[in-house]
Amino acid sequence: MRSFRIFVQKEFFHIMRDRWTTLILLVLPILMIILFGFGITTEIRNTKFAVYDPSGDYTTRGIVNKLESSEYFTLERYIDSEDEIERLFRRGETGFAIVFGDNRILLIADGTDPNTASVLTNYATALINSYLQESAVRQVGGGAATDVAGDPPVASATAAAHRTITPEIRLLYNPSLKSAYNIVPGIMGMILMLICAMMTSVSIAREKELGTMEVLLVSPMKPFLIILSKIVPYFTISVINYITILLLSVFVLKVPIAGSLILLSGLSLLFIFVSLLLGILISSVVDKQITALLISGMMLMMPAVFLSGLMFPIESMPEVLQWLSHILPVKWFIIAVRSVMVKGLGISSILQEVSILIGMGIIILIISIKKFKYRLE
Amino acid sequence: MKVIEVENLTKRFGSFTAVDNISFSVERGEIFGFLGANGAGKTTAMKMLCGLLRPSGGRGIVSGFDINRESEKIKASIGYMSQKFALYEDLKVWENIRLYAGIYGVPEKEATERSHTLLEELGLEKERNSLVKSLPLGWRQKLAFSVSIFHKPTIVFLDEPTGGVDPVTRRQFWEMIYKAAASGITVFVTTHYMDEAEYCNRVSIMVDGRIDALSSPASLKKEFEAESMDEVFRKLARKSKNGEL
Repeated sequence: MRSFRIFVQKEFFHIMRDRWTTLILLVLPILMIILFGFGITTEIRNTKFAVYDPSGDYTTRGIVNKLESSEYFTLERYIDSEDEIERLFRRGETGFAIVFGDNRILLIADGTDPNTASVLTNYATALINSYLQESAVRQVGGGAATDVAGDPPVASATAAAHRTITPEIRLLYNPSLKSAYNIVPGIMGMILMLICAMMTSVSIAREKELGTMEVLLVSPMKPFLIILSKIVPYFTISVINYITILLLSVFVLKVPIAGSLILLSGLSLLFIFVSLLLGILISSVVDKQITALLISGMMLMMPAVFLSGLMFPIESMPEVLQWLSHILPVKWFIIAVRSVMVKGLGISSILQEVSILIGMGIIILIISIKKFKYRLE
Repeated sequence: MKVIEVENLTKRFGSFTAVDNISFSVERGEIFGFLGANGAGKTTAMKMLCGLLRPSGGRGIVSGFDINRESEKIKASIGYMSQKFALYEDLKVWENIRLYAGIYGVPEKEATERSHTLLEELGLEKERNSLVKSLPLGWRQKLAFSVSIFHKPTIVFLDEPTGGVDPVTRRQFWEMIYKAAASGITVFVTTHYMDEAEYCNRVSIMVDGRIDALSSPASLKKEFEAESMDEVFRKLARKSKNGEL
């Protein structure tokens, strides 16, 4: 036991004596949360919009007010002719325009960025619909009030709202469409994988490369203990990172933990173990630090970023890639974290992901035990 | 008393026979030189003696334990210093000593006392708290040797211990080896330097997995009518089929 204790201490020394490693290990999660949470965001805020409103009646002004009061749009100005719209777009003064005509509302967006354009039009449509519905409800409640007022455009608009079935959009779990909800589980998966798999594999490969592994293997120290003591520091750091990410996301990104914290932590522990095993597996097949780094970087991190659904939806990928994404532990972890943290679901709804992760862990464990050359060949 | 006794030891990797039926024995306190060209099989043979490789055939006893069945016990009773530098560069001098003392189960109190005497002898007292990477290579090598015999093993295996070390340090290194041997530790050493072979009590020369010569340096020179061990070695290595010169 004493040799194990001294050995774990030695691993901590390795990490702490390398100031850059320590810094990266502890600051990276904070940096990623801030970068992804604030910098890289898929939501659109405060888009300037222009309005061409020849009628200037009650309803159209109501719609403009509704748009402006949302956090997505800011009124740039009213324009005098439809021709002006193109000039505004060209000069980049506006990203969105609304043209009110007789019984129609034209929404104009910049199609060079299709994602933004469709998001903007969707937001606007939803806002306009909700306004029309509200006013329709008001009208029914107010009896014949509007009829008396006799304002034809309003009447026609409300009549339209009555006649047609307007789809209403309700976004579950993330009503305000905050991208942080999507990003926190992803970052958690990436960081834990990075620390556990990459750092563990590199640190074991380092001993092989320096020749100290040979000396350790000739010593009476059990190979199992050597590996175990390598894992302990990275496990500790992962837990610290997990807590950091949770604190940052709850208090800085304002992403609440909807589900059980215990379940979420248990899930993360499971994923940490699977990643550590993956790191051991990598180190059992490579002898050089750089190979370990490349393998864990190219084979774990890159696919994790692209295939885990963190940035691009898996559903829209080619089938081959979708199939490929199934073998990544991080994908299942992210799905499960989303279910627990964002949707607030219980253990019964993540049974599939949990059992897949456990299965992967067992397979990796078996392979690495078989591969681990404790007698240097 | 014999501390290493090997009979018909063989190691095959597929169809390639790295170590071919070697037999020899080493006495307690002896400095035994294990020579051979690269690829002659000396590293493989040494790994079998240390319990790192399981032999394909043959028997062997190292410090009283069977190399086929008791490799874990062998590990606890030997010391090992590898060709590559074996201390941790980012650990302090005393941390390295404590680490190896811990691995080999030297009691903490004893380890502290002995590390003081050790550092005093090496003249490294002042460097106790320096990182190993700040020490010159020669000192590191001497420290690595001291660490490898810190737990008082019966045998210490040195795999090309003086590679890349200047002649003065090599000389000092060999003085340390003599001192260790005088205290009863058997020294099993591989080397590329033929002048170092002259320092050994007995020398074996491996060619293509077999031991082609085994005797004291003096009688080997006589047997091969050579001026130096270097000449003996070259005469033998010329017969090699796959070793390089």
